[in-house]
Amino acid sequence: MKTRALLLARAAAVAACLVAAAQPALADARSTAKSQVDFGIKVAQNGLWKEAIYRWEKAVEADATYAAAWNNLGIGYEHEGRFEDARKAYEKAVALDPKNVLIRQNYDLFKEINDRAKRRNDR
Amino acid sequence: MTARSAATIASLVLLTFASACTNFFEVPIETPLSPKMDVSAFRRVLVAGFISGGTDDVDANLETVRLLRSQLRTKSGLRVIEADVLPLAELAADKAKVPATSAPSTSGETNGGLPKVAADVQTAAPPGPAAPAPQQPAPALDKIRNAKDLEKYQSIFSDVAFWKKVGEEYENPLIVTGTILFTPLQTAGFVTRNVEQYDNLGRRTVVPQRLYMERKGFAIAPKFIFIDGRTGATLHTESTREEILYNAQQNTPALSSYFELMDKVIPMFLGTLSTQKIRGTRVLLR
Repeated sequence: MKTRALLLARAAAVAACLVAAAQPALADARSTAKSQVDFGIKVAQNGLWKEAIYRWEKAVEADATYAAAWNNLGIGYEHEGRFEDARKAYEKAVALDPKNVLIRQNYDLFKEINDRAKRRNDR
Repeated sequence: MTARSAATIASLVLLTFASACTNFFEVPIETPLSPKMDVSAFRRVLVAGFISGGTDDVDANLETVRLLRSQLRTKSGLRVIEADVLPLAELAADKAKVPATSAPSTSGETNGGLPKVAADVQTAAPPGPAAPAPQQPAPALDKIRNAKDLEKYQSIFSDVAFWKKVGEEYENPLIVTGTILFTPLQTAGFVTRNVEQYDNLGRRTVVPQRLYMERKGFAIAPKFIFIDGRTGATLHTESTREEILYNAQQNTPALSSYFELMDKVIPMFLGTLSTQKIRGTRVLLR
């Protein structure tokens, strides 16, 4: 009984250590991604969409759970006419942050245009 | 420190705080819609002419050719060929007559490797720059009033040899042709209109009201046919229908209505040949 409790305590300690060690790594990934996203926004505002896309791609590579980066990437792809890539990026953003109204709004606007493009091609 | 300067400082602080906290940025974007047709094989476009019908108030053939040429000049990468407008209805009518007149001889008679019609076209209205003005109306032509009347002329669009010949004259461009029916409309019925109402307190409300109205206007039904000038074959066909109605008392010139309707048609036409950009805004997030 004593040994079992000891083992459990040991396992808990190891888990706590792992979480503690992972925390800075996660924070690091997010801060790297955030700096890429910020830079991407700056260049996109100046019309340099290809560079912006490159930055946001780096951001989602660094942190695949960063909804804002996926949202921006969706916008970038949309601007370049890469509808399939845009759809995937937006869907990822919506899945990661389903309550975000702005992401949903971007996605809805994109869907409207994407449907129009599809209808044109089907005709 | 006066109250005014305190308020200014407070608003500046608030503004700085707000901008530091901004996590979203609205950006304008232009989403490109790729063209329906691949026109990369062509560098030049010839808007040859249209078989038009409907009202006599507007020469839909001439107006459409002018309008499409000016639109293509500014909104597509293709070089627009300036040439006389082909009197297609006349040519198609001639073509329809050919079997009857040439019936005693061989029906499939050709001239210089081209079917009779193409040869007729060559002599009647050569499309080259030195061609005589072909816009003169054909006196003996039946009036085209509706879609049924137009059907009689449709065969000219499948005359591969004719279009190939036209293509050769202009060094194999993309040829734009088709039919345009611009007809007057008159309807009567119930129309839902929003009517402003003010209550005793002067408050404004908008109430939908159903009114019986007589209205008149115009309908336009263009069919654009895109032909490969190298082969004479039809590459793509695009048709649509638009209408516009006004109060019966309103006197709108037919030409104004024509341009109003063509404003709706042009994006569809241009979208077939060139990339169209849809402007909008999106929100970038941090």
